[in-house]
Amino acid sequence: MGTAPTLAVWKFASCDGCQLSLLDCEDELLAIAGRIRIAHFPEASRATVEGPYDVSLVEGSVTTPGDVARIHRIREQSRLLVAIGACATAGGIQALRNFADADQFRSVVYARPEYLSTLDTSTPASAHVPVDLELHGCPIDRRQLVDTLTALLAGRKPDLPGHSVCFECKARGTTCITVARGVPCLGPVTRAGCGALCPAYGRGCFGCFGPAAVTNTPALVDRLRELDMTETDIGRVFRTFNVLAFAGGGDDPSQ
Amino acid sequence: MSTLLRSLGPLVRALHGQGYRVVGPTVRDGAIVLAELDRADALPYGWGVEAAPGRYRLHRRADAAAFGHAAGPQSWKAFLHPPRSPQWTADRTADGFTVTEAPPDSTRYAFLGVRGCDLRAIAVQDRVLGGADGGYARRRRELFIVAVSCTEPADTCFCASTGCGPAAGPGYDLGLTELVDGDRVRYLVEVGTPAGLELLTQLPTEPAPVDLVEEAAAAVAAAATKMSRALPEGDLRDLLAGSHDAARWDDVAARCLSCGNCTMVCPTCFCTTVEDVTDVAGEHAERWLRWDSCFDLDFSYLHGGPVRTSTRSRYRQWLTHKLGTWHDQFGESGCVGCGRCIAWCPVGIDITEETRALVTEAEEA
Ligand code: SF4
Ligand code: SF4
Ligand code: SF4
Repeated sequence: MGTAPTLAVWKFASCDGCQLSLLDCEDELLAIAGRIRIAHFPEASRATVEGPYDVSLVEGSVTTPGDVARIHRIREQSRLLVAIGACATAGGIQALRNFADADQFRSVVYARPEYLSTLDTSTPASAHVPVDLELHGCPIDRRQLVDTLTALLAGRKPDLPGHSVCFECKARGTTCITVARGVPCLGPVTRAGCGALCPAYGRGCFGCFGPAAVTNTPALVDRLRELDMTETDIGRVFRTFNVLAFAGGGDDPSQ
Repeated sequence: MSTLLRSLGPLVRALHGQGYRVVGPTVRDGAIVLAELDRADALPYGWGVEAAPGRYRLHRRADAAAFGHAAGPQSWKAFLHPPRSPQWTADRTADGFTVTEAPPDSTRYAFLGVRGCDLRAIAVQDRVLGGADGGYARRRRELFIVAVSCTEPADTCFCASTGCGPAAGPGYDLGLTELVDGDRVRYLVEVGTPAGLELLTQLPTEPAPVDLVEEAAAAVAAAATKMSRALPEGDLRDLLAGSHDAARWDDVAARCLSCGNCTMVCPTCFCTTVEDVTDVAGEHAERWLRWDSCFDLDFSYLHGGPVRTSTRSRYRQWLTHKLGTWHDQFGESGCVGCGRCIAWCPVGIDITEETRALVTEAEEA
């Protein structure tokens, strides 16, 4: 085998939770660190190696003019660019600003808004540059992250299903909480990958992995209404982690 | 000749004594699920179920029946054809790699409480998965089946129209009918196989009085008349083959979520995909088989992209295979009338209603 492949981890507008998921892979991380060279990962180490990089993990959304320039630079220097988390794949919670007046936020939140250089929108990496792989979730699932890194090392396809959370609910033997208890759940329109965590603990899926490869959100919304969810709550649940993605709809591309 | 059993305790103990892992219905998380039972007390005595499209609720019964309920959220395929099963592993060696087949699963299951619909569903999956000497065939060979005829179908059941129930059989080792009288439950036992007879001889039984035999037969026969749903009888191949361009597919596609729940709960759906796992060190690889569904966009992924991109085409594929081309492939229907896909569809899409709508559309054409 030649020299170890290099991995860089980049942060944009985000809470760092996804990078922490990487640090959280304690057992695997030692083994991963033995097979790749971590070239840039400020959460873990100050040492930085110049590009190009074999794999770049990008966390966070693009929210400033500086971010736009930086995501292009990262793309140029990376063989594979992997967007991780709801921010990098869908703009994150901060994409709520896309539906509001950013100037107003600026003037309310900051004492000297004129020092601020920010865009009116929060957008995913894919809105600016081609992205090779996307790991969804808020935060990402550490099992999926490790699987993706090992897949890239082995040269195989990572296991990133596009189907609904319901698949994973059934596979782990969870009784559907919508059918058996009338609990509203976004599982049928949400991308799998979390292992159907929330329904297993009796709570409805709130869509943190964003839309599945195909969704029929209007039909689910009708059902949520039948389950006595208010219009406000319905609006809110779709506008939490993946507001842009659900708003854009992942509906059938064609017949 | 019929035999009477006054309690299921000795039956469960005898099965354990023969080394079986006994799986049967039990109450968990607001449903009657199938799980390993360590004793007969774990059966859902006194629990009933109310099922409707997209809805399932447990309730307390006035009597102590253990089988006063219809199909729950899982089917027995979760055990015979589990959601994820190992195929083989590969390990790097000095001059290449070695491949090792997954060790044979030596689990010996005894299923307690298999209904007529599910007994037929097991036979349907046998034709699909039982041929090769894989894990399914091994588990199936070892399986002991205690069937229970139905006396109280759910609102979602329609096995009478598919010819699979409410009487269970053939295919069981022992067949029971539950006779309930308030807090007293007794079981009429029929023997299906020599293994069943051998087990029965270990149990404290008594000959069944004729009036009880007649009572049981009448209760099972009455169950058939209690079903409000039905599939059009017979072979639906022509209907489905002629419905390729039906407008009804657009109608159902507007409601269907493509979530895949119907195929996961269906006791005959068998499709799988493979999942490859590698370790970080690059020394070890594993291949697993896991459930897949024709509602998954990637399921029809061929070179360049998926073939069935619309929900219309995916739902049509599901129904056409289940009721139509299943006959061409396996010589029977893929639907046994258990009603699970109706109850466990989050939006309550009803296979009998969709089929009836296709019949109407074909008649009007
Ligand atoms: S609980 Fe939610 S995710 Fe699970 S099967 Fe039901 S609707 Fe789907
Ligand atoms: S299609 Fe529906 S009713 Fe028929 S066997 Fe499958 S789950 Fe049961
Ligand atoms: S028919 Fe129901 S359970 Fe099946 S994919 Fe459509 S919405 Fe899901």
